[in-house]
Amino acid sequence: MHRSDFPLLAASPGLHYLDSAATTQKPAVVLDAMREFYETSNANPHRGAYELSGRATDRYQAARERVARFFGLGDPDCLIFTRGTTEALNLVAQAWGRRELEPRDEVVITAMDHHANFVPWQQIAIATGARLRICELTPDGRLDMDHMRELIGPRTRVVAFPHVSNALGTVNPVADIVALARDAGALTVCDGAQAAPHMPVHFDTLGVDLYAFSGHKICGPMGIGGLLGRRTVLESLPPWQHGGDMIQVVQDEFSSWNVLPHKFEAGTPNVADAVGLAAAVEYVDGIGLDTILAHERHLLALATDRLAAMDGLTIYGPPAAERSGVLSFTMADVHPHDLATILDADGVCIRAGHHCAQPLMRRLHVPATARASFYLYNDESDVDALMRGLQRAAALFAVAGSASD
Amino acid sequence: MAGTRAAGVSARSEAIYQELILDHYRSPRNRSVLNDADVTITHRNPLCGDELIVYLAMDGTTVREARFTGQGCAISQAAASMLTGALRGGSVDDARVILASYSSMMHGDPASRDDPTLGELRALAGVARLPARVKCALLPADAFSRALDQFEERARS
Repeated sequence: MHRSDFPLLAASPGLHYLDSAATTQKPAVVLDAMREFYETSNANPHRGAYELSGRATDRYQAARERVARFFGLGDPDCLIFTRGTTEALNLVAQAWGRRELEPRDEVVITAMDHHANFVPWQQIAIATGARLRICELTPDGRLDMDHMRELIGPRTRVVAFPHVSNALGTVNPVADIVALARDAGALTVCDGAQAAPHMPVHFDTLGVDLYAFSGHKICGPMGIGGLLGRRTVLESLPPWQHGGDMIQVVQDEFSSWNVLPHKFEAGTPNVADAVGLAAAVEYVDGIGLDTILAHERHLLALATDRLAAMDGLTIYGPPAAERSGVLSFTMADVHPHDLATILDADGVCIRAGHHCAQPLMRRLHVPATARASFYLYNDESDVDALMRGLQRAAALFAVAGSASD
Repeated sequence: MAGTRAAGVSARSEAIYQELILDHYRSPRNRSVLNDADVTITHRNPLCGDELIVYLAMDGTTVREARFTGQGCAISQAAASMLTGALRGGSVDDARVILASYSSMMHGDPASRDDPTLGELRALAGVARLPARVKCALLPADAFSRALDQFEERARS
């Protein structure tokens, strides 16, 4: 489905790309939009009094409006463009945490967080003396909501959690977490990197205060993503980086800040990538997120069933019907990196490693897993190739035979 | 074109998982804790989370015993197993020469592939063509290099 829209895939018929949770391939419409921007509208926006600069400004604003619409965000000024999820989460942890957190305050994160959410909050807790609380998981890889209820209390200032786990594909109960946090008067920050590409996200009804995403996982270019926020929350935050565009007045002794979104976008903005991202969400919306989700679930269920039937294979996370696009597994006696190398020989690209989730890997008692992830351009032939590669690896390593230890 | 690419990669990665390497992975030599070690080094690969612990027991400047424990992929475990065999019984200088030649081989130096002092380690030469896996092959070599550094530092002080 749609493989021919992606130049890299169209040029590589033998390639089975199963690493879209790391980054998606890019459709021609995205590449064309970026090139067209540079060829017709390139200038530094917000600055020049000449027509071309105005055109660049218009393109940037149009991109913001298009992406905001993708996320059901009624007020486009409440979309801050960042390099991606990592920068968006660091922005929040730094801007909000540095000012708001005090000793005895508590920060709640989860054991399934990507390092991009885990480490910024861990570090700001260390810097401010706040206490980091980590919500543990159930044996099948869901958030332990009983533990979450225990953790969230009067001292909780912020609850930061993933919408979807990058390593397991677990889809978390956002509304339940938001309800708990709101009762405690805590800020809610959601890492949407793995959700935004795969399911409709309607920010204005989701309930979280702040939501981070990466464009390159939604068919957009690398280097752009964003932070969505409630206006009152964003307006209350101090700026994070200082420079051009984000100021109102600069006196010798002090400065004052520009309005949203500029307050959080210091320096020359990444206009071409924003234009590319707008083209990407237009493309994804054209197919429909419901269609994409159903397609992924079909492939995920097929792959899960076939892998589960193999000897020596362990699959992590909840049942396929409750996961999003991700199949995390290990094969007895075969290290995930060896699996990835053997699969690569068949043109099958999977991720092997700790998936930037070392706290999760420790809890699963594995150093690493292999991860196959699916997207709109995958089909059953990719699942077939994955199975062939795994069977070859099993034969090569004579799984269930004598092993090291 | 992609078919050719896939086939090319296939030939290369098949070459890596030779029987000798799989044999060292399945039945590693010298894989146990060395209680009377003079030097113990824990070395981690932050990219994959693998952890290797190497042990050296010295007799003067001779490597009396070299062992390892820890977990890892077939390449790092086989390399560790083979290295213990290559380093045992030689001098610190011999060990340095072997580790340097092995490192050169992993960086694609064709001369090292024919270096007889590398012995079985030459079976790992093909890893040099898989850049993503070179770090796996070098993990135990880096660990043993650090162990020798520490031994020599202590000997000096």
